[in-house]
Amino acid sequence: MVPLPLALPFAELEVGQQFYWQLGRLQLHGQVFLSSWVVIGALLALVVIGTRRMERDPRGVQNLLEFLWTYIRDLAREQIGEKAYRDWLPFIGTLFLFIFVCNWGGALIPWKIIELPSGELGAPTADINTTVAMALLVSLSYFYAGLSRKGLRYFEYYVEPTPIMLPFKIIEDFTKPLSLSFRLFGNILADELVVGVLAFLVPVIVPLPAMFLGLFTSAIQALIFATLAANYIGEAVHEEHH
Amino acid sequence: MTSWLLLATADAVTGAATGSPEGGLFDLDATLPLMAVQVVLLTFILNALFFRPVGQAVEEREGYVTTSRAEAKQKLAQAERLAADLSEQLREARQDVQNLIVEAEQEADKLYREALAAAQAESIAVREQARSQIESEKQQALASLKAEADRLGALIVDRLLAA
Repeated sequence: MVPLPLALPFAELEVGQQFYWQLGRLQLHGQVFLSSWVVIGALLALVVIGTRRMERDPRGVQNLLEFLWTYIRDLAREQIGEKAYRDWLPFIGTLFLFIFVCNWGGALIPWKIIELPSGELGAPTADINTTVAMALLVSLSYFYAGLSRKGLRYFEYYVEPTPIMLPFKIIEDFTKPLSLSFRLFGNILADELVVGVLAFLVPVIVPLPAMFLGLFTSAIQALIFATLAANYIGEAVHEEHH
Repeated sequence: MTSWLLLATADAVTGAATGSPEGGLFDLDATLPLMAVQVVLLTFILNALFFRPVGQAVEEREGYVTTSRAEAKQKLAQAERLAADLSEQLREARQDVQNLIVEAEQEADKLYREALAAAQAESIAVREQARSQIESEKQQALASLKAEADRLGALIVDRLLAA
């Protein structure tokens, strides 16, 4: 062990340590699930409070929810297209809301107060498992969207506009989830590390700009993930007009 | 910067030594499929609790606004048509009134002229009558004078001749 120069409470850094749970022979990252449950709980509480009494003249939380709904609908409609966006609106919206609340929750909730035996609580999206899981879901859903809408004609997409595109399009199927997951994971983890390192070195004021930048990045990353997911689905269901 | 990296590796090493699984940033395990299941479940829950009801509310309102606007437009068009109708009627009424006034003026003028002409004709007739009466009386008087003169003349002649 390397002795730390300073040992301040709330300002220790742990990277790559996990709080393992055993489930049979499987191993789980407990801290990711704990924080994701908090995030999902917050999201569901917001939604339940906002939709309890729906009125034609919206008031209070209903306003916020309707704003979010129209925002997500516009995003999905723009990327997927008028015909198919309705089927995918909940998926895109859930990705956006979940990632957004995860990112902001990771930055805003003082997780460090809660001591875990090992590892530390943080944004669930700072764990590679979460982002890969969502990226793979996106891959599955755009394949499903393309196949269910166009059948085997979906694979024409691979040779359009010319068959030379075939290898690139196949490579794309691998790079899409890879870039999606690593972009989100890298951004959120880096943000947490920057804030952590700054807080570790100078615990007052200095980390604040980095924290605000982190909030900004977090929101942008959620938007990017949702937009790209919608874009991939839109690409898969897009009908060529011959 | 290196301290936490060293710390992480050191901890990972000690973790491995104590039998717990090694950590790491790229530690993929059963968290991945369970998280995927969790996200899918969340999608269905949010669809039922959020996307469907809120979407319904928003779209109902959009429909309500659209129909209200269409209705209002229709009513506005109707009102404009009515206003146009009424102003047309008003214009016609004004025209009628104008015509009536002109007619009445013409009528009055005509009556006045007629009355004037009648009065003039009557005055001329009366004058003419008076003149003719005077003329006839004059003739009569002349005739009677002449007769008288003739008689007197005859009388003088008779007397002279007789004498």
